[in-house]
Amino acid sequence: MSLMQGTQLRSTPPTSAARRAFIRAWPEFENPVAWFVALILVIMPLIANGFFLIEIFGTTLILGTIALSLMFLAGYGGMVSLMQLTIAGFSAYMVAVFGVSANTNISLGWPWWLATPMALALATAFGTLGGALAVRTEGIYTIMITLAIGAAFYYFTNQNWAIFGGHTGINTVATPHIWGIDWRNDVAFYYVALGVAAICYFAVQYVSRAPFGLALQGVRDNPRRMAALGFNVNAHRVAAYAFASFIAALGGVLQVWNYRQISPGSVSVNACIDILIIAVVGGITRPVGPYIGAFVFVILRTFALDLLVKFGLDGNRFRLLIGLGFLAIVFWSSDGMIGLWERWRRRNTTASPRTRRGGHG
Amino acid sequence: MARFIERHPAWALIAIVAIAVLLWLVFAIWPPGLEQAIGRKRVFLNAVFNGITLGGLYFLVASGFTLIFGLMRNVNLAHGSLYLFGGYIGYAISTWTGSWLLSFIVAFIGVALVGVILQIVVFRRMEGQDLRQTMVTIGLSIVFADLMLWVFGGDFYQIQTPAWLIGPIQLPLVTAIKSSGEPVYLGYPLVRLVIFAASVVIGIAMWLALNRTRVGMIVRAGVDDRDILAATGVRIQLVFVLVFALGAGLAGIAGVVGGTFQSLSPGEDTRFLLASLVVVIVGGMGSIPGAALGAIIIGLAEQLGSVYIPTYAIVVTFLIMVLVLALRPQGLLARR
Repeated sequence: MSLMQGTQLRSTPPTSAARRAFIRAWPEFENPVAWFVALILVIMPLIANGFFLIEIFGTTLILGTIALSLMFLAGYGGMVSLMQLTIAGFSAYMVAVFGVSANTNISLGWPWWLATPMALALATAFGTLGGALAVRTEGIYTIMITLAIGAAFYYFTNQNWAIFGGHTGINTVATPHIWGIDWRNDVAFYYVALGVAAICYFAVQYVSRAPFGLALQGVRDNPRRMAALGFNVNAHRVAAYAFASFIAALGGVLQVWNYRQISPGSVSVNACIDILIIAVVGGITRPVGPYIGAFVFVILRTFALDLLVKFGLDGNRFRLLIGLGFLAIVFWSSDGMIGLWERWRRRNTTASPRTRRGGHG
Repeated sequence: MARFIERHPAWALIAIVAIAVLLWLVFAIWPPGLEQAIGRKRVFLNAVFNGITLGGLYFLVASGFTLIFGLMRNVNLAHGSLYLFGGYIGYAISTWTGSWLLSFIVAFIGVALVGVILQIVVFRRMEGQDLRQTMVTIGLSIVFADLMLWVFGGDFYQIQTPAWLIGPIQLPLVTAIKSSGEPVYLGYPLVRLVIFAASVVIGIAMWLALNRTRVGMIVRAGVDDRDILAATGVRIQLVFVLVFALGAGLAGIAGVVGGTFQSLSPGEDTRFLLASLVVVIVGGMGSIPGAALGAIIIGLAEQLGSVYIPTYAIVVTFLIMVLVLALRPQGLLARR
C-alpha cells in the first residue's frame, strides 16, 4: 500500500488524500517528538563521550534491534518467540567462524564482506527452520518450543569445541576496515548501529502496513477465518519468522562487532529472557517499544549497582530489580511503557475537553 | 496397545525391534566383534542404567509440570526454580537433622506451600490469560533465582546419601567373561536404583489417583473442559490449588533427588526447566504416561549420547524433539 502511495506522490503533485494516506503510513513524519529524537540520536556523538555512546546508546540500539524482531513476531504475528537472541547469537558465531579471529583453528578467515552475508543467510535459515518447527503447534506452545531451542543451543555451544569453541567461545573477532576507517571506532560504530536500527525500524513499520503484514495481523487475530479466506496461515507465520530472523541476525552481527568476542554466556537462557523482558517492558504493540525497553534495561543494568548501594542495599541484586520491574509491568500494563504513556495522555486529554468526547456517543 | 499396533503397524514394528535390540544388548554376552566396534559392555550398561535413573528424576520434575499445564493451561516456567528451591530446602534439612527421608517430606510441604501461595495470590487473578500467566512465571523465575543466589550463594551443594544406601549393589547382569570362565557382574549404586523405584511408585500412585479416585476424576474432567466442570458445581478453584500444590511438591521432591544424585547450584533450575520442557513436548503435554515415556527417552538419549558422541549429546536430545514435532506435533502420547 505504501509503495503505491509513493509512486502517486512522485507522478502528481501531492493531493490532500494522498498526503493523508502518506501520513497514515508514516506517522513519524508528522510527530515533532519523533523528529526531535531523531535529531538527538544523529548528533549524539557531539553530546556523549565514548562510554555513553557505546555502552549505553550503542548497546541500546543493538538490544533494541534484537528485541524488535521479537516485537514483530509477538505484536503482529501473536507468536512469542524466546529464540530471537539465539538467532542473533548464531549469526554472531557465524561471523566469528567464517571471519577472522584469534582462534585460528576455528575461523576460516574470510573477508568481512563475504563472512557477514554468509552469517546473515545462515542465521536467517536457522531462524526460519526453528520457526517452521514452532508453528507446528500453537499459541502457548511456541514459548516452550522456542525456549527449548534456545536452551539447547546454549548447551550445545558449551559442549562443542570444534565449531563453537566450547565455553571460552571465540575471541578477538576482526571488525571491518574500509575506506581507511576502522568501523569499530566509537563514533563510526555508533553510526553503523544507528543506521541498522533505523533501517530495521522502518522496515518493520513498512511491513506492518504492507499486504503481508496486514495478512499476518489477520492470522494473529483469527487464523481459522484467514484460512477460510484462502490465506496459507502457516506460510505467513514461517515468513514472519524469516523476516524477524533476518533482523535478529543483523543485531547479532552488530553485537559481535561491538564486543569483538562471542561465548556461550551471550546466548544463555537468561539472555534470551532478557530480550523478552526488553520487548514486554517497552511494549509489543509498536516498533518503538523495544528501543524504549532496551534503553531502560541498559540504564538499569549499568547504574543499578550504584543506585542500590546508595539506598544501602546489596549492589548485586540487579536481576532481582529487573525481575520485579518486569512483574510489575506484566501485572499492571500489558502493553508496557508505551501503554502507560498512552494511558497517561488519554487521561490528560479526557480530563480537560470532556465535551468533545461526550458528543461521540 | 493392540489398537496402536493395528493402526500403525510400521511404527509398532520399529518400536518392537528397537526394544528387542536394546534387551539383547542388555542381557546377552557381547561377542568380541561388537566390543571392538562400540566399546566395553560395562560402559554401555552403565550408560543405560544412568539414563533410566535420570529418566526417573526427569519424570518427577516433568510430571508436576505437565499436571499443572494439563489442568490450568499454565506453562509454569518457574518450575525449574521450584525444583532448585526444593533441593536447597532438602539440603538445609538433611544437614540440620541428618535425616534424608525427613528432607523429602519437608521439601514437598515447603515447595507445595509456595505453589499454593502462587496459585492463590498470582495466577487466580489472571485466569484464562495464558500468555500473561507465562510471562509472570518468567518474571517469578528471575526473582526466585536471584533470591536463592542471595541466600545460598553460587556454591555447589550435595545432599549426603544416607549410610544404608551408600555403595554399589551387584546386579545379575553379566558384563564380561573373565579368561578363567568366571562371569563379571555389573555393580551399580544402590541409591540410584532406590530413587528410580521410588519414582516408579510415585508415577503409579499418581496414575491410580488420577484414574481410580473421585478427585482424579474431577481433575481429568477439568483437563477436558474446566468451564463445564465448574458449571456442575465442583469447586474448581480448590482443585486448581490442590493440583498446583501437588505439582510444585513433586518438583520439590525432585530437587532433593537431584541434590543427592548430582549437585545443586544456580543454573540447575534452567537445566531442569529445559529437561521438563523437552520431556513434555516429546511425551505429550498434559499427559502423565507421556511424561514417563518422554523422561525415559530423553534420559537414555542424554546418557548414551554423552558416552558415545560427547560433543553432540545435546543435539541428540534436540533431534528427538524435532522428530516428534515433525511427525506428531501434539507429542507421543497426547490425545487430541
